[in-house]
Amino acid sequence: MLSRVAENIYWMARYIERAENTARLINVNTHLLLDLPKDVRPGWEPLIHITGSEEFYRSLYEQAEERSVVRFLIGDLRNSSSILSSIGHARENARTIRDIIPREAWEQVNELYLNIKGQLQAGLSERRRYDYLKSVIQGAQQITGLLAGTMLHDFGYDFLRMGRNLERADMTTRIIDVRSANLLPTHAGELPPFEHAQWMSVLKSLTAYQMYRRHTQVAVRRTAVLQFLLQNRQFPRACYHCLGEVEACLHDLPRSDLLLRTVARLQRMISEAPVETLDHDRLHAFTDELQLGLADLHSQITATYFAHDGHSAGVPEERAAHAGT
Amino acid sequence: MTIKWRDYPIKGLYDELMRPGGRARDGARALCKYLSSLKDTEIEERKAAADLAIQAMGITFTVYSQEGGSIDRAWPFDIIPRIIPRAEWDRIEAGLKQRVQALNLFIDDLYHEQKVVQDGVFPAEILADSANFREQCIGVDPPLGVWAHICGSDLVRDQDGTVYVLEDNLRVPSGVSYMLENRQVMKRVFPELFDVRGIRPVDEYPSQLYDCLASTSPRPAEHPEVVVLTPGIYNSAYFEHAYLAQQMGAELVEGSDLVVGEDDCVYMHTIEGPARVDVIYRRVDDLFLDPEAFHPDSMLGVRGLLRAWKAGNVALANAPGAGVADDKVVYSYVPEIIKYYLDQDAIIPNVPTYLCVDKDQRDHVLANLDKLVVKPANESGGYGMLVGPHATRKERERFARLIRKNPRNYIAQPMLTLSTTPTLVDHHAEPRHVDLRPFILSGQETYVTTGGLTRVALRKGSTVVNSSQGGGSKDTWIVEGEG
Repeated sequence: MLSRVAENIYWMARYIERAENTARLINVNTHLLLDLPKDVRPGWEPLIHITGSEEFYRSLYEQAEERSVVRFLIGDLRNSSSILSSIGHARENARTIRDIIPREAWEQVNELYLNIKGQLQAGLSERRRYDYLKSVIQGAQQITGLLAGTMLHDFGYDFLRMGRNLERADMTTRIIDVRSANLLPTHAGELPPFEHAQWMSVLKSLTAYQMYRRHTQVAVRRTAVLQFLLQNRQFPRACYHCLGEVEACLHDLPRSDLLLRTVARLQRMISEAPVETLDHDRLHAFTDELQLGLADLHSQITATYFAHDGHSAGVPEERAAHAGT
Repeated sequence: MTIKWRDYPIKGLYDELMRPGGRARDGARALCKYLSSLKDTEIEERKAAADLAIQAMGITFTVYSQEGGSIDRAWPFDIIPRIIPRAEWDRIEAGLKQRVQALNLFIDDLYHEQKVVQDGVFPAEILADSANFREQCIGVDPPLGVWAHICGSDLVRDQDGTVYVLEDNLRVPSGVSYMLENRQVMKRVFPELFDVRGIRPVDEYPSQLYDCLASTSPRPAEHPEVVVLTPGIYNSAYFEHAYLAQQMGAELVEGSDLVVGEDDCVYMHTIEGPARVDVIYRRVDDLFLDPEAFHPDSMLGVRGLLRAWKAGNVALANAPGAGVADDKVVYSYVPEIIKYYLDQDAIIPNVPTYLCVDKDQRDHVLANLDKLVVKPANESGGYGMLVGPHATRKERERFARLIRKNPRNYIAQPMLTLSTTPTLVDHHAEPRHVDLRPFILSGQETYVTTGGLTRVALRKGSTVVNSSQGGGSKDTWIVEGEG
C-alpha cells in the first residue's frame, strides 16, 4: 500500500473523529450550564482549553463567551480544528483516495461537508444548535459504520482504525484534564458543589454515562470515573481500549515492532496509574505525560509508514495545504 | 413510433448509419429498424436508464471548483451507437498499425542517426524547429525500440466517404476509459441488441495495455511492477487514470510517491518501505516529468526519473520525446515516412496539408484563407485554430500576419465536412458530426482497440467534439456485414 494512501486514510479518520468529538463537547457543555447555578458555571472557556487553542483563540476573539466560542469551534475556518474545517480536511483526504474507499463513503463525507456548511447558521443559533450538532455526530458515525461494513479490512482499514482511536484517546485525556481542574475539593473532605452533575457531564461528553452505570454500578465519583475513562478495556472511548485497538492494527502491519513496544509502554502506564491517589497536580502531570506519549506514537507511525524524503506531511495545516494544490 | 428515417435530414452529408432516402447502410439495418419501432416513452426510458447508469457507475470528467462541492460532471453520452462494418474496420486497423510502426521507427531514427534527414526525406530545418524534440533523449534505446506505446489517432470521414487520419496523439492521449464505459452503459440499456448482433467486444483493452506495458519491463523474468503516474485529482483526465490503474491492478501514483535511488532505480514509498517500480505509464507531460531534466519547478514529476530511464532501469510509456512525431508539420510527412521505413503506401490517407514554411504552399494558403482551416503545429485540443469559411475578415487578417511571422508554426487543410451519425434530440434522430479516436498499443505486439471512442458534436452544425466544448460520445460497434 502506498504511503500517501495510508496517510490520507489515517487523517480522514482522525478528522472525522475530531469533528464528532467537538460536536459532543459543545452539546454537553450547553446542557451542563443549564443544570448549574450561575455562580458555579464554568462557562465556555474550558472548551477552548480542551481543544488546546487558548492563544490562537485570544488572537481572534476578545471574550470567551458562548457566541464566540461556539462560532470558533463550529464554523470558524481559521480554526483548523473547527467542525467545519475538520470535515473539510476529511473531505480533501477522502477525495484523493476515492478509488480506495467505497464510493458511498466518499459520497457520505462529501454530503456531510455540504450539509454542515449549508446549515451553518443553524449551528450558530442557540435554539437549533442541538439538532445541528446531532446531525454532525450522526453523519460521522454513519461514515464510520459504512466503512466498517463495506471497506476491505486490509492495511488501509488498519490505518483508519488507528487514526480514529488515537484521536479518541487524545480527546478523552483532554476532557479529563480540563474538566477535573474545576472539580477538586475546595477544602479537605468538602465536596465541591454540584460535583455529581459535573462528573456526569464528563461522562456524557464521551457518551459514557450509561455504559459507566452498567459497568460500575456505583455512584458517579471521581476515582471510579477516572478509572473507567482511562483504564477500562471494554469501553470504546477509554484510553486503554483505544490503545488496544491500535495494538491490534499494528499486529497486522509490517515493520511495527518498535511501535508495538511504544503502545505496550503506554498501556502499562495507564493500567498502573494510581488513580485514587492522584491529586489535581499529579493528575494534570499524568494526563500531560499520556498526551505526550500519544503524540509520540503518532510521530512514530508517521515516521514508519508515511514519511519520506526526510519531511513529514503529518501536520494538519500542512496536510490541508497539500491536499488543496 | 418516433424515429422516422424517411425524414432524417442528411442532404449533402455522409452519414455513418443512413443513406439518403431513409435506407440504412450495411451493418446498421437491424439497429435502425429496431430504433424506429420504439415509442417515445420507450426511448425516454432508455435515455433515463443510460443517464442513471452513467451516474451510478460514476463516469465523469473533472471540472474543478473549490466551492462547487462537486468537481465531476457526468459524461455526456448519446444512446444511438455508431456502427462500422467489420470489413472496413479491418482495413483501418491495418492502416493504423502501419502508421504507428512507421512513426516508432521514425522517432527512434531521429534520436539516433537521423537517416531520414540525411536521405533528404525529412527536412533538417523542420526538425530543428520542433517544439517536442528532446535533446535529452538523443542516443537512448528504450526497450523494444518502442517510443510511442500508446497512440490515439483521430480519424474523420469526409463527404465522399473517405476516411482520413486527422492527427496522431503520441504524448498522453486520453479517452479510452470512456470507450470502455460507453460499452458497459449500452449493455445495460440495450441488452437485447447484444443478444442477436455480432458486436465485437472492446473490453480486452486493459489487459492488452497491461501486457504491452509489462513487455517493456527492464526485469522481464520477474513479475513487473507497473504503475500509472497521474498529475493528481485535479487533472481533467483523473477519472481515466484511476480507472485504468484499477482495471490493470496497477498502483495509481503521484510524483511524490516515487523516488529515484542512488542506484538510479525508481522506487515507490509504501508502508512496507521502498518498492522497486519497473514500468511507469505516465500521464504527465514530458516537461513536468523530471525537474532535474526539464522544468526545474515542476511539482508533478520525479527528480532523476530521466536518469533512471536512460540507465535502462525503468520503462516510461510513452517514452519522453515521443511527441516529436505529434506535430502537425511532421504529420504532413507521415505518408513519406511510411514509404521510407516500410516501403509501403499509406493505407489510410492524410488530410491534404499545406505547410506554411514552404513558400509556394504558403502563398496558396494566404490566397485561400477563406476556404481553409489553419492550425498551429504544436497545439492540441482545438486551440488557436482558424476555421476560414466561418471566420471574420479581421480574424483572417490576424492569422495572415501570424503565418508570415512564424510560418513553421502553421499548417492549413481544406475544410472537411465531417460525416454525421444519428443522435437523439428530443425523441428524434438528427445528424450530428462525429470523429473517431482508436488507440494503438505497441509493445512486444501491436494491438488496436476494437473501434475506438466516437466523439460527437452535440450542437447542431458544430464540428467541435471536445467534451469541454459541448461534445459528447457514443458507443462504437464493429459489426459483421448484413449481406
